Amino acid sequence: MKRLPKFILSAAMVTAMATSFTAVKAATPPDTLVQAWQSDDIISLDPAEVFELSASEILGNTYERLIQYDITDVSKISGQAAESWTVSDDGKTYTFKLRPNRKFASGNPITAEDAVYSLQRAVALDKSPAFILGQFGLTKDNVKDKIKQTGPLELTIEVDKPYAPTLVLYCLGNSVASIVDKKLLVQNEKDSDYGYNWLKTHYAGSGPYIMRDWKANEVIVLERNPNYEKKTPLARVIFRHIKETASQRLLLEKGDIDVARSLNPEEIDAVAKNPDVKIQSAPKGTVYYLGLNQKNPNLAKPEVRQALKYLVDYAAIADTIMKYKGVVHQNFLPKGFLGATTTNPYKLDVAKAKELLAKAGLKDGFSVTMDTRSTAEITGIAQAMQSTFAQAGIKLEILPMDSKQALTKYRARQHDIYIGNWGSDYQDPNSNADTFAANDDNSDNAKAKPLAWRNAWDPGPLTAKTRAAVMERDAEKRAEMYKELQKAVLDDGPFVIFLQQTEVAAVRKNVQNFILGPSFSDNDVSQTKKN
Amino acid sequence: MVSAVTSRGGEHASALRSFLKRAAQFVVVLVTTLLGLIAVTFFIGRVVPIDPVIAIVGDRAPPQVYERARAELGLDKPLIEQFAIYVKKAVTGDFGNSVLTTNPVMTDIANVFPATLELATLGTIIGTLIGIPLGVLAAVRRGTLIDQVVRFLGLVGYSIPIFWLGLMGLLFFYAKLGWVAGPGRIDVTYSYLYTPVTGIVLIDTLLQGQMDAFWDAVSHVLLPACLLGYFSLAYISRMTRSFMLNELAQEYVIAARVKGLSEFRVIWRHALRNAAVPLITVIALSYANLLEGSVLTETVFAWPGLGQYITNSLQNADMNAVLGGTIVIGTVFVLLNLVSDLLYRLLDPRTR
Repeated sequence: MKRLPKFILSAAMVTAMATSFTAVKAATPPDTLVQAWQSDDIISLDPAEVFELSASEILGNTYERLIQYDITDVSKISGQAAESWTVSDDGKTYTFKLRPNRKFASGNPITAEDAVYSLQRAVALDKSPAFILGQFGLTKDNVKDKIKQTGPLELTIEVDKPYAPTLVLYCLGNSVASIVDKKLLVQNEKDSDYGYNWLKTHYAGSGPYIMRDWKANEVIVLERNPNYEKKTPLARVIFRHIKETASQRLLLEKGDIDVARSLNPEEIDAVAKNPDVKIQSAPKGTVYYLGLNQKNPNLAKPEVRQALKYLVDYAAIADTIMKYKGVVHQNFLPKGFLGATTTNPYKLDVAKAKELLAKAGLKDGFSVTMDTRSTAEITGIAQAMQSTFAQAGIKLEILPMDSKQALTKYRARQHDIYIGNWGSDYQDPNSNADTFAANDDNSDNAKAKPLAWRNAWDPGPLTAKTRAAVMERDAEKRAEMYKELQKAVLDDGPFVIFLQQTEVAAVRKNVQNFILGPSFSDNDVSQTKKN
Repeated sequence: MVSAVTSRGGEHASALRSFLKRAAQFVVVLVTTLLGLIAVTFFIGRVVPIDPVIAIVGDRAPPQVYERARAELGLDKPLIEQFAIYVKKAVTGDFGNSVLTTNPVMTDIANVFPATLELATLGTIIGTLIGIPLGVLAAVRRGTLIDQVVRFLGLVGYSIPIFWLGLMGLLFFYAKLGWVAGPGRIDVTYSYLYTPVTGIVLIDTLLQGQMDAFWDAVSHVLLPACLLGYFSLAYISRMTRSFMLNELAQEYVIAARVKGLSEFRVIWRHALRNAAVPLITVIALSYANLLEGSVLTETVFAWPGLGQYITNSLQNADMNAVLGGTIVIGTVFVLLNLVSDLLYRLLDPRTR
């Protein structure tokens, strides 16, 4: 049978011919930054609706807000589209003056009319992030009276109570308060939807980049906005959705992408050895925690809650499973927030935990389940805890499940222990205090479902204290109040907070000024350049 | 004469009748298959302990936003009513909107399906062109080294996880040798040089004369297509071998040999032609399997196809998208069955 070798040979030749055309691969173009990330969470690019991490990063680079904060020190608040602002003596009226002679990417001028429209629109559409503005007493019905244009470049916002100004300003710096191009949206409006159906997949902003194209689960293309005053060094930034992290690594090392955003710890260890790649990281506003359901009679005992806090090997988790991805953190306010406490008093102490369990009448331990999302990292952490819990006689059964399923069960308060993470909705401490330390109604059919409620925990006086903290206009006093709240939750709360998330990116060495900020909307490519 | 004419007329009429009967049968099969699929998928989707509202509004949405979204989805209605509404709309071609992308489900599928079609078709072509000769060879050289090698290749292709092979393939042919391009369908540099018409990059670039883009697309599709090809080759070669062994033991083969026909003619013209009939079904099934979208291959190669779409929808409890995808796959299976049926008739006079 002579045919075989001939056949294989010819097949090999065809393959070689087909491939030789592309044997020479160029690096990414010098004026284009190509990033690989996982963006299957994006459902919309309308600022009034965006609540997902990936989409908020796109908004951060393509839209402007009235207010911004310094990403190296978030306590420094400054104007972005606003030139200046004042707060009335009664603390309820904010007046903003816009910077003059500015234009949207479309060429339309940026006026107070646009800013007013943008905020009214976000409240009226009432999508997921609308509560960030709505919490100031703004509703669909009153927003037209509360947010008003008072001059070509001047507007006022009236809130219902004399809140701490920092809270109001941080919320106005959130992506939901992005300024959109009214003229453009009115042109694309259908059935008075504020252009919502159009803006979901289009762009109407004034930021450093224009959102040029979005193909779901494939690619997002940003292009330089010629009307932006501080011209971006790069002509375009491309975000490719690459789900498989090993593929991201190959593309990065090969130079087909400039930044890989979703590598796991082993892959980061590996690419860190590549002389063409550098590793960048930044702490994020997300904490990892265990939620202990107080409906479980064992977990409801204060000694048990505390014992579990002594049964987590914090350092080992941060150094191995979550290497590069998190640092030990035990308070509910992430580092970088106003009033955040950074002392971490708990460490693995089996003897102490046993003592506490004995005090609770559970000398021989007990059995308990943990709802665990089946991702590699959460499962790994759960397994680490399983082994340390066992040292004190607590038999932890891990129930692996899909994340949405775990969440559904959690929101119905049917878990024993839930392992999860919480990312702040906006840069103010109230975002976390409101969920970890306050629970207005602990009944089963309560409307609001803060984390305290989900774990059936009535924080008692802490709720009132949380509410009082948002009214404190003296920033220092306010920070002190949050320190007290954190201490109370740390000592007695049903939360074992163990990590603060770190975001890590592997970046080609020739890329400069690629910035990872404290929140995802602060990940900034506006001044990124390539050598 | 007269009787002959009438009988011919009768033949036509009966042929037409049998055609109509078959067509009607086909429609009944299609409709019942799809209805069954919809019913099963729909009820499984409603039973899973996942709250689809969270998929839309997120975990943090205030109660009133949550309630409104729930009502918009119609989830406050009784299950049977929800099903009736769904079927009614589906009949008019409205499969609802995906909650994840907010597009109509069929628009989404029209976007992702060409990518899968491209990969699956190339994979099947490769698998068939290589798998059949290998299978024939193994059958003819039964028990020899060649047979063992083909068996080994087949087993490897069938049993090694495809994502692992994919990653190794990338590591070797892309990262080390640089023969092929990395994950993705086309390089970003080329991706805006052409306008998508069919959605199949190879065809679009070729039609618009963008040869650089075409060759780039070729180098992107080559590795995943070969991988899927290898996967289907494994199956096709095994089946070819067993069909061929069956044919080679038949008397007509002996007769042909006795007649002094060349071995080449006996094997490739006589035996293979008969073995080809059942092979059609094998190839069609393997094609249908690939058209379902091979999730793992699509994930490793960042290929935005049907497999990724449905998996992602499933993980997010996006039931409209899952239902739509299931219906498309069901239709693909039924249609491919029909095609293989027709080919059967073409190749095997006995079935006419």
